[in-house]
Amino acid sequence: MDALQLKRQLITFTELLFREGFLDEQFHQLQQLQDEKNPNFVVEVVSLFFEDSERLLNELAKALDQQNVDYKKVDAHVHQLKGSSSSIGAQRVQRVCIVFRNYCNEKNVEGCLKCLQQLKHEYAIVKTKLEALFSLEQQILAAGG
Amino acid sequence: MAIAAADQSQFHVLAVDDSLIDRKLIERLLKTSSYQVTTVDSGSKALEFLGLVEYEQSSSDSPSISTNTHQEVEVNLVITDYCMPGITGYDLLRRIKESSALRDIPVVIMSSENVPSRINRCLEEGAEEFFLKPVRLSDVHRLKPHMMRTKFKDHHGQKKREEEEEEEEEVDQEEESERRPGIEAPLHDKHQQQLQHQNSNKRKSMEEGLSPDRTRPRYSDVAAVV
Repeated sequence: MDALQLKRQLITFTELLFREGFLDEQFHQLQQLQDEKNPNFVVEVVSLFFEDSERLLNELAKALDQQNVDYKKVDAHVHQLKGSSSSIGAQRVQRVCIVFRNYCNEKNVEGCLKCLQQLKHEYAIVKTKLEALFSLEQQILAAGG
Repeated sequence: MAIAAADQSQFHVLAVDDSLIDRKLIERLLKTSSYQVTTVDSGSKALEFLGLVEYEQSSSDSPSISTNTHQEVEVNLVITDYCMPGITGYDLLRRIKESSALRDIPVVIMSSENVPSRINRCLEEGAEEFFLKPVRLSDVHRLKPHMMRTKFKDHHGQKKREEEEEEEEEVDQEEESERRPGIEAPLHDKHQQQLQHQNSNKRKSMEEGLSPDRTRPRYSDVAAVV
């Protein structure tokens, strides 16, 4: 595929991600902050998000596995994840976090566990999508675009 | 009276946030606007940087003039996250405003949560602005007047401030279609005018869980305050 076809593919794909709510306006803001002097800004921030999320998801699993769940701790982790997902525009992840925090307030362990599953799911999806997006961008560059 | 065209690269902002992602973001936002930036990950590091280390030598006749010798770089604005472990953004704000050496430095608070009482508390304590996260370029554009005001405070004082605030209002009206009156909080009389004027420029948002179309709501219906 040549650069032009790839670019069209990228546009279509990106539009889809926005339309389906995987990404929101904040992601677009990140893209606008990227320029020739900071050509990897989006990838860098998103990579931080991946690292952070994986760590937090592990912590959440551990925290919810305790005999006596420390809901303050669980809430703190979710709060962090909510913040970082919001900062990169990972809308679906952010929304699950909001629901998750409500369950924390209610000290509802079932609800929390359900949310954790949902979070893992949404995170995995958005990660795949973003990696595909970055891969397309790389291909375009390689094709001279 | 000629107003010097302020080159923004002469402004230095201290950004405080415990989240690495948010630090990276705010740094990029500020650098894009040509500000010099220093980022720190905690309130205590911020105080250290500002020269307010534990020099709590309270002598009866000199309250807190002692502490600024370590501050080598001038800081023109502090922008800080509200929720941080240890010293919160609010604590940091208070410490700065209580320090005779630092109280003129404008402070801006950022928060991911829209809590009207929190916003009010910060504004009353002297914060210039309260930004909801994620912070955007349009927010960063609002910082300049605060930095300019301090930089040129001696020469131009009140008049310039009023002009800038009018300018700010016009820009806001172009940018935002929604606008509502500011918060009516019980304010002390002497600050009331100033704060209300500032409040009308502050960004506050609706409750969480908005529909995706409403990306940047600005004001909250704060019926019940305190």
